[in-house]
Amino acid sequence: MSAKKETLGKTVGVVVAVCLVCSIIVSGAAVGLRSQQQANAKLDKQTNILTAAGLYKMGMSSDEIDATFKEFVQTRYVDLSTGEFTEKPSEDYDMYKAAKEDETSIKVEGSNVGFQRRAKVASVYLVEDEAGDVSRVILPVHGSGLWDLMYGFLAVKADGQTVKELIYYQQKETPGLGGEVQNPSWQAKWDGKKLYKDGDVAIEVKKNANPENPYSVDALSGATLTSNGVENTIQYWVGEQGFGPFLKKQAWRS
Amino acid sequence: MADTKEMKKVLFGPILDNNPIALQVLGICSALAITTKLETALVMALALTSVTAFSNLFISAIRNQIPSSVRIIIQMTIIASLVIVVDQILKAYSYEISKQLSVFVGLIITNCIVMGRAEAYAMKSPPLMSFLDGIGNGLGYSFILICIGTVKELFGFGTILGFEILPLVQNGGWYQANGLLILPFSSFFLIGGMVWILRTLRPEQVEPKE
Repeated sequence: MSAKKETLGKTVGVVVAVCLVCSIIVSGAAVGLRSQQQANAKLDKQTNILTAAGLYKMGMSSDEIDATFKEFVQTRYVDLSTGEFTEKPSEDYDMYKAAKEDETSIKVEGSNVGFQRRAKVASVYLVEDEAGDVSRVILPVHGSGLWDLMYGFLAVKADGQTVKELIYYQQKETPGLGGEVQNPSWQAKWDGKKLYKDGDVAIEVKKNANPENPYSVDALSGATLTSNGVENTIQYWVGEQGFGPFLKKQAWRS
Repeated sequence: MADTKEMKKVLFGPILDNNPIALQVLGICSALAITTKLETALVMALALTSVTAFSNLFISAIRNQIPSSVRIIIQMTIIASLVIVVDQILKAYSYEISKQLSVFVGLIITNCIVMGRAEAYAMKSPPLMSFLDGIGNGLGYSFILICIGTVKELFGFGTILGFEILPLVQNGGWYQANGLLILPFSSFFLIGGMVWILRTLRPEQVEPKE
């Protein structure tokens, strides 16, 4: 470190040069890889929806996933207050981004589901069988677990009443305890459960639930708060404030 | 050109003789957080090794131009750029794992190993040797991470890289998973154990009593 490099001009020159080179490299990487990253994010979402639809098979290639998704899954938008289908609000509509804006969202009241606002318009996915009839309706759900919000898809049969799958695709619960919401053997317990009894939300998550009882799902052992979070999430989203009106109207039949 | 013996020492020395985690006690925080599964530990080790190697290379290449008054900032700029590039590459080609690693790839910036090797070695040595030093220290870090990741995944989940080795009670097997090993802080015990083993094998690593 000789003294001759310590002139101000040289110091500034070196700093500017290093910053320039670094910023070119960083922006080059970000721009060059963006399309690949967006493709990944889209594929990840399609995979999760296909899993909820019961159409995903292990080892499907990205092309097969894309083709299956296009063939059997329809993306529609629902106005949650009326339960009717509506136009796609904007080209790149994202209900989780819309929940952050005042005009496109409403406040959540009377529920400890774990978030303050939800979007007015939600995206839903209709799964069609070979004959073109809707066989399942996939609803995006989210709510807080123990540590953070958990995001998932709830697949309901075309009767708007019977659960087929509950798939969580993003959660930060304790691995081995609350993280077991992603365990296939626990997910399987949701198959065939009923959401409503005499028009009211009846589904619940509780300890030592009788597997024969169509309205209750056995809670995760060692993860009471995560189980409560799942219960609040499902009860909120199939309730009056969530997809309740949509599920009752069964707009997909028309 | 440095001779081969010297290169070997720089490359393989940090694995056992001068391990960045066990002897220099650098980079502990990420070693605690991401070793729950072997797969994430492997990817993290790879990411850190490449960042250390290339940051050493670039910093060493311009070491005679770096004014000493702003050298830390310049090192940080280079390291941070490399980390962002690695993060972008992971997002593009290994989306699942990058979701699991989340913030920890970004936190390589603050990993003391990268900064420590840049300041202690790359500022004084020629580019090729610095590059090897970076790889060597990355390997030392990887060695500890892989050992801990293997133990934690095997006894915490009963699997290695996702393949079932010890069938769990939940899935109808006989092995009751050790819940402690799933939690990040259990790495403290394991790292402590590794430091103990290393210092028993190489007594010269033990610090003299004050």
